[in-house]
Amino acid sequence: MTGAAAMVIGVGNPLRGDDGVGAAVVRRLRTRVWPGVAVRELDGDGTALMEQWSGAAAVVVVDAMVSGAAPGTIARFDAVREPLPAGAFHLSTHALGLSDAIELARAMEALPPSLIVYGVEGEGFDAGAPLSAAVAAAVPVVAERIAREIAAAV
Amino acid sequence: MSGRTIKVDLLARVEGEGQLYVRVKDGAVADVRLKIVEPPRFFEALLRGRDFREAPDITARICGICPVAYQMSAVHAMEDALGVTVGGSLRALRRLLYCGEWIESHALHVYLLHAPDFLGYPDALRMAKDHPAIVQRGLRLKKAGNAIMRLLGGREIHPINVKVGGFFRTPSRAELAPLADQLEQALDDARETVRWTASLPMPALDLPCTFVALRHPDEYPFNEGHIVSSGGLDIAAREFDRHVHEEHVPYTHALHSTLDGAGPYLVGPLARYNLNGDRLAPAARQAAAGAGLGAVCRNPFQSIVVRAVEILQACGEARQIVASYEPPDRPAVDVPVRPGLGYAATEAPRGLLYHRYEIDGSGAILDAKIVPPTSQNQKSIEDDLRRFVTAHLDLPEQELQWRCEQIVRNYDPCLSCSTHVLRLEVDRP
Repeated sequence: MTGAAAMVIGVGNPLRGDDGVGAAVVRRLRTRVWPGVAVRELDGDGTALMEQWSGAAAVVVVDAMVSGAAPGTIARFDAVREPLPAGAFHLSTHALGLSDAIELARAMEALPPSLIVYGVEGEGFDAGAPLSAAVAAAVPVVAERIAREIAAAV
Repeated sequence: MSGRTIKVDLLARVEGEGQLYVRVKDGAVADVRLKIVEPPRFFEALLRGRDFREAPDITARICGICPVAYQMSAVHAMEDALGVTVGGSLRALRRLLYCGEWIESHALHVYLLHAPDFLGYPDALRMAKDHPAIVQRGLRLKKAGNAIMRLLGGREIHPINVKVGGFFRTPSRAELAPLADQLEQALDDARETVRWTASLPMPALDLPCTFVALRHPDEYPFNEGHIVSSGGLDIAAREFDRHVHEEHVPYTHALHSTLDGAGPYLVGPLARYNLNGDRLAPAARQAAAGAGLGAVCRNPFQSIVVRAVEILQACGEARQIVASYEPPDRPAVDVPVRPGLGYAATEAPRGLLYHRYEIDGSGAILDAKIVPPTSQNQKSIEDDLRRFVTAHLDLPEQELQWRCEQIVRNYDPCLSCSTHVLRLEVDRP
């Protein structure tokens, strides 16, 4: 559905350890009901991001990152102002990763007016593994920060 | 200079992870290896003991780009084992789903992975900055393919609605109708894609090669047909194992395939086009002629034009199926359980995909064999590289490496599938 004023998108594969942080955060946010706010999970092709956010004025994306910081570290990026830091977000061998998808949208002038990316530093990405303790502890914190951000946007 | 080496440790713009290694000694190419380093995934072994009904959903996991191909080869092989035929609207819906996957997969390769090579960009992002409208068109096409997959398959990646005998749920006419407008736009975009790819600067190459594809009495092949080759092979899927031999090669995780009497062979868009050009719909055939494609195309660079023609074919076919759709009485035909051996080959976007299963009286899978398109193409890709490097040894290192990578991308290899491959290493000691 398009037409939502604001949107939260959790990116990543919940079956790959800390890559599931995006899904964990949006599932936590789902329990709240905000008019005009859509909450989505996205696992797979980065080009689908553009389809997802089309029409939304304010978009928050949350994904796992690997930047060398301590596991569970939360980082916030304004993706409209500047590209995500190189190499921090998952690189897909099948299609576009998050950074590439955002840059493709920027090149085609298809970025939403506001696009905030929350990255949570992952520790492990093994198939079938649960979230690591550090990342699990970050989930409610990120969810709360996004909730405040969204409340201010709508 | 007695020798040199070209190494590409992580090939870009291919699906999955692979490496390329070329060793040149005393002015001649001593070794060419396409190394598929995706970890082996043992799908054939993990299918053993599972229920036959699980095969389409388990094998779909082999690939995120062409899950429908795995589902289709799996259900057709199981139906072959169980003596079931699926016809009418259910057959049409399977073709429609396959059209969705072709459109989506080909649009991804043509616009985001392959085109940057012709226009001199390192990636699609840089290309999109200079040509936003072109990339926009590619994404619109991909979206149309995705829409079909989502509507019929339940979701875009790893669809969940396909079963042995048909579907879990079939759409009503009203549910399918919204695709019609999207497909009209897609047809325009596809025609433009053929014109645009034909205008790209195209290196000349004539590859001596045996082509293998399905051939059907009156359709451009998706789900059904005999396996034919440009060398005169004409066999049923159940004869595949007798003519195609797989061998393990130490440096790659994907098995190599060779064809009796022909050795290496090529499957995929070029093979389909060369063996089935007369089965294209008139609109696609005209577009191909307008794009300067002859009856036979043996230039792997031109595969980008052939993929565009196939996008047009799939869009036209999809529109026609949507327009004439009558919902079936039931979403699936009854499937009796009995012991048997089943074989099927269907045309994945990257080429012929063969499945064989043996099941027992309880429906448990005793044995499974899966031969994906990319593993069949490995030897031909290596041959192409060997000829190219031999003819261009004088090129500077970086240029040679870049051109080698382009050659690999011509084949749209899906390395993840093939292990069920790429880094470039050129070794010139």
